[in-house]
Amino acid sequence: MNFLPSNVRKGALLGLLFFLSYISLQAQDGKAIFSANCASCHALDKQLTGPALRGVETRGPWTDRANVVKWVHNPGGFIPTTPYTQQLAASMNGQIMPSFPQLSEKEIFSILDYIKSAPAPGAGPATPAAAGAPQETGNGELIFGVISIVLAIIALILMQVNSNLKKLSDDKEQILRPEPVPFWRNKIYIALFAVILFVVGGFYVAKSAIGLGRQQGYQPTQPIFFSHKVHAGVNQINCLYCHSAALESKHAMIPPLNVCMNCHKAINAYEKGPKIYDENGKEINGTAEIKKLYDYAGFTPGPGAQWDPSKARSPQWVKIHNLPDHVYFNHAQHTRVGNVACQTCHGNIQEMDKVAQASSLSMGWCINCHRQQKIAFNYNDSTGNKFYSIYEKFHNDFKSGKMDSLTVKDIGGLECQKCHY
Amino acid sequence: MSDKKYWQSFAEFKHKEQVDKLNKDEFKEELPFGELDENILDAKTPRRDFLKYVGFSTAAATIAASCEVPVRKAMPYVNRPENLTPGVAKYYASTYVQDGDVVPVVVKVREGRPIKIEGNTLYPYTQGGTSPRTQASVLDLYDMYRTPHPKRKSGNSFQEIPTFDQLDQQIGAALAGAAGAPVVLLTSTIVSPSTKQVISQFLAKYPGSRHVQYDAVSYSGLSTAHGGRIPAHNFDRADLVVSLGADFLATWLAPVEFARQFSSKRKLRSPEDGMSKLYVFESHLSPTGASADERFTHRPSETGAVALALLAALGGGVTAPSLDANLTKTIQKVAADLKAHAGKALVVCGSNDPNVQTVVREINRAAGAFGTTLDTATTLNYRQGDDAAMATLVDDMNAGRIGALLLYGANPAYDYVDAKAFTNGLAKVKLTISFNEKLDETSELCQYLVPAHHYLESWGDAEPRSGYISFIQPAIYPLFKTRPFQTSLLKWSGNNQDYETYFRTYWVGRLGSEAALDKALQDGVLGSAGSQSAAQPATIADTVRAAIAPVPTPAVTPVTTTAAPTGNLAAAVTAITGQRKAGKDEIVLFQQVNILSGKQAGNPWLLELPDPITRTTYENYAMISTKKAKELGIDYEGVDYEYYQEKPLIDLTVNGRKVSLPAMVVPGMNPDTIAVAVGYGRSENFSKAAAGLGQNVFGFARWNAAAKVREYWNEVTTSTKAGDAYKIARIQMHNSYEGRTAVVKETTLATFKAQPDAFLKFREELQEDFAKRSGDYRAEGTLYDDPALRTHEIKWGMSIDLNACYGCGACVVACHLENNVPVVGKNEVLRAHEMHWLRIDRYFVTDEKNPDNLKAVVFQPMLCQHCENAPCENVCPVAATMHNTEGINQMAYNRCIGTRYCANNCPYKVRRFNWGDYTGASTHGVLGPNSGVGKLDTVVHQMNDELTRMVLNPDVVTRSRGVMEKCSFCVQRTQLGKLQAKIENRKIGGDEVQSACAQACPTGAIVFGNANDTNSAVAKTREQNPRRLFYVLEQIHTLPNVSYLAKIRNTDEVIEGEGSSNEQARQQKGEPVTPQQEPATEHK
Repeated sequence: MNFLPSNVRKGALLGLLFFLSYISLQAQDGKAIFSANCASCHALDKQLTGPALRGVETRGPWTDRANVVKWVHNPGGFIPTTPYTQQLAASMNGQIMPSFPQLSEKEIFSILDYIKSAPAPGAGPATPAAAGAPQETGNGELIFGVISIVLAIIALILMQVNSNLKKLSDDKEQILRPEPVPFWRNKIYIALFAVILFVVGGFYVAKSAIGLGRQQGYQPTQPIFFSHKVHAGVNQINCLYCHSAALESKHAMIPPLNVCMNCHKAINAYEKGPKIYDENGKEINGTAEIKKLYDYAGFTPGPGAQWDPSKARSPQWVKIHNLPDHVYFNHAQHTRVGNVACQTCHGNIQEMDKVAQASSLSMGWCINCHRQQKIAFNYNDSTGNKFYSIYEKFHNDFKSGKMDSLTVKDIGGLECQKCHY
Repeated sequence: MSDKKYWQSFAEFKHKEQVDKLNKDEFKEELPFGELDENILDAKTPRRDFLKYVGFSTAAATIAASCEVPVRKAMPYVNRPENLTPGVAKYYASTYVQDGDVVPVVVKVREGRPIKIEGNTLYPYTQGGTSPRTQASVLDLYDMYRTPHPKRKSGNSFQEIPTFDQLDQQIGAALAGAAGAPVVLLTSTIVSPSTKQVISQFLAKYPGSRHVQYDAVSYSGLSTAHGGRIPAHNFDRADLVVSLGADFLATWLAPVEFARQFSSKRKLRSPEDGMSKLYVFESHLSPTGASADERFTHRPSETGAVALALLAALGGGVTAPSLDANLTKTIQKVAADLKAHAGKALVVCGSNDPNVQTVVREINRAAGAFGTTLDTATTLNYRQGDDAAMATLVDDMNAGRIGALLLYGANPAYDYVDAKAFTNGLAKVKLTISFNEKLDETSELCQYLVPAHHYLESWGDAEPRSGYISFIQPAIYPLFKTRPFQTSLLKWSGNNQDYETYFRTYWVGRLGSEAALDKALQDGVLGSAGSQSAAQPATIADTVRAAIAPVPTPAVTPVTTTAAPTGNLAAAVTAITGQRKAGKDEIVLFQQVNILSGKQAGNPWLLELPDPITRTTYENYAMISTKKAKELGIDYEGVDYEYYQEKPLIDLTVNGRKVSLPAMVVPGMNPDTIAVAVGYGRSENFSKAAAGLGQNVFGFARWNAAAKVREYWNEVTTSTKAGDAYKIARIQMHNSYEGRTAVVKETTLATFKAQPDAFLKFREELQEDFAKRSGDYRAEGTLYDDPALRTHEIKWGMSIDLNACYGCGACVVACHLENNVPVVGKNEVLRAHEMHWLRIDRYFVTDEKNPDNLKAVVFQPMLCQHCENAPCENVCPVAATMHNTEGINQMAYNRCIGTRYCANNCPYKVRRFNWGDYTGASTHGVLGPNSGVGKLDTVVHQMNDELTRMVLNPDVVTRSRGVMEKCSFCVQRTQLGKLQAKIENRKIGGDEVQSACAQACPTGAIVFGNANDTNSAVAKTREQNPRRLFYVLEQIHTLPNVSYLAKIRNTDEVIEGEGSSNEQARQQKGEPVTPQQEPATEHK
C-alpha cells in the first residue's frame, strides 16, 4: 500500500467506513446505548447479574416489542403480568432490574436491533476502528537548530578565512603584526564559548530543576494489570461507572472492589477482546489478571457463587497522578462545572493498556488551561451556569459587544488562593 | 479632655516609651550576624566561603534531585458504604456532653473521621453557639492517653482483660461477693433520661445500692435554695442583671446559653435602642466582671453579706450587715435600680452556700424575677451534684460500709475538697471500677478500668433543660476496645441488651415510631420547632407532643409558671450573719473558660488557648491585686515585670497545705483576695502534655459543715520566696501596635446618647480630609489605583461586635481545628512563637492615674484584616502574599521564603511565622530527630502522633517550617461554597459560607459573609450600625475588610471630649509614627 498516495488511502478508508456505518447505524446506536446502560448487568451470551440477552425476542412476552418497552420502563410493575416474568423473578432470587424510564421507545428498539444484529461469538471481530492518520510531527525546531549550528560554523570558518586573508594582505603590504593566536587560545573565542556553555547549561539545569518531582510519563506497574483500553475503550464502560465521585467530590475515587465485582462475578475470563500488552510489548494474560482480582476479593468463581465482601482485602494501587500537598484540586469543579473531559488531563485513557501520566501536571500547565478555557457564562440559556449571573459587569460587556468570551482567568482563575490553601 | 486610657499591661500604663522601645522589633530574637556586621567587607574569606556554599548546595541539590519521587499508594474501599463519597464531608447531629455541660452540635465527618464540631442551629437556646471546650472536644477523641481496653489492677500495674466476656464474669463474681454491702454508682451529673433509667434498673438489681452525683465544681447550694432543682434563667428577658460572683458569660452553669441570651439585649444600633445593664459584685476579675457595666469588688467571705445588704435595701425585712461605706452606697444604688426594673431584673450568684442562694432567691422574688426572668416550671439539668450525699459516701467508704464503688465521669481523688479522705476511703472499698475514658487520678487507684466510649463514638441523649432533648449519635466506629458504661450496667444487672438497642427501644417507645426517632436523630434536638417546623413531625404521637413541648424559637424565652420555693430565709440570714470571718487574706478558686474544672485539661488546644483576662497559657498562677503586690514587694509597674516572663513565686498556705505559684498582678482585684484557677496540676497518666504544669488547688476549697456544701474560697496566708521566679507563658507583650493606640473604640451609653455620632464623625472627618472630591475615603484616599475597581462580585467581609464579645475563645479553638493551626507548646509560647491566626486582645480601660480603677475591659478579636491596601503585600520580595478579587489577602505558603518583611509591615500584627517544624510537614511526615520537632515540648509530639493527626482538616495544607501564615478567611469554605452553588446551578447566598470563628461564636458577635450582597448579614450589620461601625486604624488607609462595632457600656458617666477631638488620631493619619513621639493615650 505504500506506493498509493496517502489521500487516496484516506479516501478509500473513509468511504469504507461510511459504508459500513450506514448499514449498521441503528445497531451502532443500540450498541452505545447498550454499553452505557445495560452492559454492567447483561451480556449477550452469558448470564451476569441479569440473563443473557441473545435471542431475547424469541422468548416469553418479548416477542412483542411493546412489552419490552413496558418492562424497561418499569420492571417491577411488569413482573406480575406474565407467568414468564414471574418465573424469571423467582429464578433471580427476587433481584429486580432497575427501571430505565429515561430510555425512549426508539432507543429501546435500537438496543433490540443491536442484540439481533450483533455477531455471534467466534465470528470475526468487528471491523477495527480507523487507525488515526499519521500526524505531521513538527520538527521545525530541529531544522532551525541544525541551520543555526551550520551557520555558526560557516561564520567561524569565514572569520578564520577573513583573518587569514587579512594576514596575507598584511604580509603583502609588509605591515608587521604579531603572530595570530590560534582560535582555541583566543580569549574572545574562549569567552564566547564559556558564555554559550553557561547559557545552555543554565537553561538545562534550570529546566530540570523546575521539573523535579514532575512525573509526566510515569507508568508504574500495578498490583493487577488493569487495562483501561479493555474497559473504557473496547467495552465502552463510562468512566463514571467506576470513578463515580468525579462529578461530586474533589476525588474521582479509585473504584471500590464491589464495583469491580458487579461485573466480574460473572466475567471470569478474558477471551474475545484484543490482546493486551504491557509497555515492553509483552502479552498479558487477561484471565490471570482477573484471577488476581478474585484473590483480592476473596471470591471463588462458579455457578451461583456469592461474593462476601468481608473476606476481601484492598489492593494497593500505585497512585499515578499526584499533586503536591500544597495544591488543592477538585474534580467536581472541573468535570461538573467546567465540563472538562477526562481525557483533557488524563490523555487518551481509553487507549491505554497500562496507564501513564499524560500531562505534566505542572503549575504552568494548569495556568495555561485556566487562561484558555472558556466558561459557560451565559446563564440565561441552559448551557450556562446561573452562578455566573452575579458578574454583572461582564454581562454588560457581553451585551455591548466588548467581550465575546470569558476565560477562567477573567474570574480570578489565576489567583494563588484558588488552588493553594 | 477625656480622662480615659486604654492599656494592656501595667508597664505600658506607666512606662509606655520604654515598653514601645522594647517592643520595637516584631521578632524578639537577635539575628546571628552581630559580629560579622562590622568587618564583613574586610574579611579575607567571604568569596571562598561563598563558593564553598554554592558548591555544597549545588551538590546537595543534585543528590536530592537524583532521589526518586516516593511511590504513593492508594487503597480503595473494599465495599464502599452506600452514602459515603470520599472527599465529601458528612454532617451528623450529636451532643457534646461533658459532665453536666451540654451543647447540641453537628459533627463534620470526612472519610469516617470526625474533624470539626459545629453548633446545632436547631436548638433554640444555643442557636449554633459553642464553647471552646466543645470545639476542642474532637481532639479528646484522638487523645493518645485514652485507656485503650479494659484492665485489671494487679500489684501496682494494670493488666489487659482480653475480652468483655471475661470482664463481665470477673465483675459479676466480684459484685456477687459484695452481697449485702451497698453498691454505689458515683457519677458526674447525668443529663441523659435513658441512662437514668438504666441506672435505676441497675440499682434495683443490687438492693441497698445508690447513685451519687458529684460535680467537680458544685452547684448544690443553688439547687438546694430552689428546692432541689435549678430554675431556668432567662437573661434575654432581663433589662438588669446583677451577678454576685457568678461568671455566667464564661463558666457558670450554662455559659453558651446564657451568653447568647445576655448578648441579645446588648446589640444596640442607636442610643435610643437601649441595652441591658450588668452589675457585677466579685472578688477577682472574671470575664463576666470584665464585661460588666459597673463592677464592684469585695472579699469572697462577704458574698453573703452583700446579698443580705441588697435584700435589706430592697425592703426584704432583714437587717443589713455592716459593710464598708462604698459598698453600702453602691448596694443602695443597685437596689434602687432593681426596684426600677421590677419584673425585668435577674440576680445570679456564684456562691455554693445554700444560705446565700436562699437570700438571692428572695432578692429575685423582691425584684419580681420569678415568672419572668426565672422560670421555675423549667428545670436546668446542667448540674445535679449533691454535696451532702457525696460527704456521706466518703464517710461510709472510710467506715468500710461500701461494697463496691463504680465511677463514671467523676474524679474525686483529684477534685474533691478532701481528696485524701476520699482516697483513704477508696482503699477500703472491696470493689472499685472506673468507667472513665482516661487513666485519671481516681481511675489509677481503682481495681478495674472499663473505659467508656468518647461521646463521638456513642449513642445517647441529653435533657439539658426539661422538655428539650438533644441526641447523641456516633460519628465514628470506636477507636479502642471500649464499651458504653450503660452497656456495662445493663450487663451487670442481668440485661443482655447493649445500650444502643436499649436506647432505640426507649426512644421508639417515647416517640411512637422508628421513623420519628430517625427524624429526631437527624435534627439532633427535640422540643425545638423554629424555622424547621419538621422538628415536630406529624409522626410523633400526640402524647409525646404533650410531654415534649413544641416550643417555637422564642423571641424571648417563654415562661409558664411563677411558683417559687419559699422558707428557710430566717435560718439563712442567721447563718450568714454568724459566718463572716475576717481573715487577713482570702483565696478564691475560679474556673478558667478553657479548662473549667479540668476534665479536658489534657487537650493541647485548650492548654494553648490564652486566658481572656491574663492572656496566659498552659498554667495556673496566683492572681493578686496591686495592693498585695506592693505588700509582697513585687515591682509590678516596672517594665521588667511585664516584659520578662519570670514571675516571682509566692507561697500560699491554706490549713497547713502550702502551694507555690507565680504571682500575676491583675487590676480590678479585691485588694485582699488572691485568685487561683482550678483544673491544673495533673498526673502524668492523665496527660503528659499537662503534667507538671500548674498546681492543683481543689484542696483549698472549704467544707461548710453546717450547710454541707463545698465552697470555693478560704482564708490564706501568703509569703514570698526572695528571688524565686517561674516562667509563665504569657502572650501579653506579644504583637505590639508600636504606639498606635486608636485600636479599640469604646464609650458609655450616656456619652453615646449625648454624642451619638462621635464614631461616625471620626470617619466623616477622614472623608473631609482625604476625599474631598468624591467623598469616598476608601476610593480616593490613596495614590494608587482605585481600589473600587478591584471589587468584584463577591467580597468576603467580617463584622465583629465588641459589645457581644466576652472573650471566651471558642473562635480561637475553632480556627485551630478548621485551619490545622499548629500547637507550639509552652516553651515556644515563651519565645513568642504561638501560631494563633486569631487572638483576642484584651484592653483595660481606666483613668489616667489609677490603673486599679477599672472602668471597663474590652475584648477585641484580632485577625488578618484582609486590607484592600495591604501593607504586607507591597513588601514581599517573592509576591507570596497578594490580594484577590474577592477581597481576600492571599498567602501562598509554598512561595514564601520567610523574610518576614510582611509581618514587620503589618500594622495589626496578625501574621505568624513558623519557627519550628510543628506539624512535621517539612520532613515528609516523618518526625525524625532532625525534623525540629525533637526539641519541642511533649504537647507538640502529642499533636503529631499518628492518632492525633486524624483530626487534621484534609482540605487545608499543614505548613512547614520557615513560612509565614495567617487567617485566610477560611478560603477552603468560601471555595467550597462557590462550588456547591455552581453544582446546583444557582447564585451563591450572602450568608451561605460561614468562617469557622463566626460559626463557633456563642453570641453571634462575629458575622461573616459576602459584603457585596446587600442581603447578607455582614452588609446589613454595617449598614444598620453606622454609629458604632469602625475599622481598626482606618486613618492609615489600609482599607480592612473586617469591621468592628464599638463597645458601649451602660453607665451614666459622660466622658468629656469623647469624639469631639480626634486630634491624636489625625496626627497618625497617613504617616508612620515612631513610638517615642507617640502620645501615651488616645485622647489628650
